[in-house]
Amino acid sequence: MALDYEECKQKVLDGIEKKSKSKSKFYFSDLAKMMDAKPREAKKIVTQMVEEGILVFWSSGSTSMYGLKGAGKQSAAEHED
Amino acid sequence: MAKHETPLLDQLESGPWPSFVSDMKQEAESRAKNANNINYQIPVDVVEDLLGVLELSYKDGETHWKHGGIVGVFGYGGGVIGRYCDQPENFPGVAHFHTLRVNQPSGKFYTTEYLKQLCDLWELRGSGITNMHGSTGDIIFLGTTTKQLEEIFFELTHNLKQDLGGSGSNLRTPADCIGSARCEYSCYDTQDLCNHLTQEYQDELHRPAFPYKFKFKFDGCPNCCVASIARADMSFIGTWKDDIRIDQESVKAYVAGELKPNAGAHSGRDWGKFDIQKEVIDLCPTKCMRYEDGKLEINNKECTRCMHCINVMPRALRPGKQTGCSILVGAKAPILDGAQMGSLLVPFVEVNKENDYQEIKDVIEAIWDWWMEEGKNRERLGELMKRQGFQKLLEVTGIDPVPQHVQEPRHNPYIFWKEEEVEGGWERDINEFRKHHLR
Repeated sequence: MALDYEECKQKVLDGIEKKSKSKSKFYFSDLAKMMDAKPREAKKIVTQMVEEGILVFWSSGSTSMYGLKGAGKQSAAEHED
Repeated sequence: MAKHETPLLDQLESGPWPSFVSDMKQEAESRAKNANNINYQIPVDVVEDLLGVLELSYKDGETHWKHGGIVGVFGYGGGVIGRYCDQPENFPGVAHFHTLRVNQPSGKFYTTEYLKQLCDLWELRGSGITNMHGSTGDIIFLGTTTKQLEEIFFELTHNLKQDLGGSGSNLRTPADCIGSARCEYSCYDTQDLCNHLTQEYQDELHRPAFPYKFKFKFDGCPNCCVASIARADMSFIGTWKDDIRIDQESVKAYVAGELKPNAGAHSGRDWGKFDIQKEVIDLCPTKCMRYEDGKLEINNKECTRCMHCINVMPRALRPGKQTGCSILVGAKAPILDGAQMGSLLVPFVEVNKENDYQEIKDVIEAIWDWWMEEGKNRERLGELMKRQGFQKLLEVTGIDPVPQHVQEPRHNPYIFWKEEEVEGGWERDINEFRKHHLR
């Protein structure tokens, strides 16, 4: 059964909020755990959140992470706002 | 006169090899002159500043780059690697200096016109400096600003019909050898398989959801020209099931010196008369060949596809006719630690265009499901295989163990059975047992 997007989105937002004091970027597996979903199902939710501009990709070149748009030092430091 | 003095870099031009410093100076000069009146979209002195910051790094013995970031094109999680200079006031031309990875054409076949178009685009919207090619095979565009990324992506995809490559925790740009387009050794159409899987797995290429990078590479024969066996998480290496084809007349011609061994590749020096015993038979790793009374014989069952004999005598020996590929998994070649070669998972599979390579895709997807679920962050497939065992890999892919999976006879005498593998399981009727076995 397909996961409910709004419900999963809220779980991800809550999960990120909970850790926002120590972290601004999350691995994909962290997000999958927050919504308690299998990777392939979780990917659909995460992709939609990116398309809606809620999450942004962050990449070191070798590893990718996700963060809330505008969160963390990165956006300010890179003058990308 | 150069914008920055670069005495340390200048030394690099003094050696016997072509120097990237000379190339960069040439590009800096060409940009300054702007003979073609290009309306440069990023600072004209970007290359001057690049030389300057590199000189400073050599002087300080530390880098002045910060890499990584949120930059990219919309919807893509890879293909762009953010890079920023930590001395933007001294080197404003390279304050933002992002890298783009562009998917190379399969087999790296280009027309000159296409290369010119790539260069024109990069002159206009980037630094003009490229790396042809990166170690994964991509066309690397070095250095542009954030504003240019979407513009470049639009032109690439609409006018040059090319896509960005993979980076980050994605499927990386699949790479292949020139295959049957130009090489008679090729046992399958590497370019078609490479292109097909690139199209099929667009989501995996552009939207990162893997624990770490994942690489496909396609080699048409065991010569492994793209070195898939040493660096791809999944390598597809052409092979054959039947016997090596022998043309005895050509063998004799090699022995008589009428044909040059290795197609004349080593003819720059006099190596003496060709000696088939010393140069071919004795070098066979499994000793499965002999040459007697003017006849070459091969015990094909023992052949491990090292390709040496075929490479030395290509007119006399050819791969068999029942061709396909072997699939090896788990190779990696990291800079810091733990390079690992691929392990053979599928000894032979037909490379079947007719059913869109379904057998191959079944193996790929079973492996991804396992690795996405069980792999730790930044753990390559080869590391997961070590951690959970090859047996687990066989289980998840549904492949039965065969002798080709065994590297050497076991030296551990203990065999661990699982309950489902033992008739009757672990439970037993103790009363029934005691009828025959007294306490």
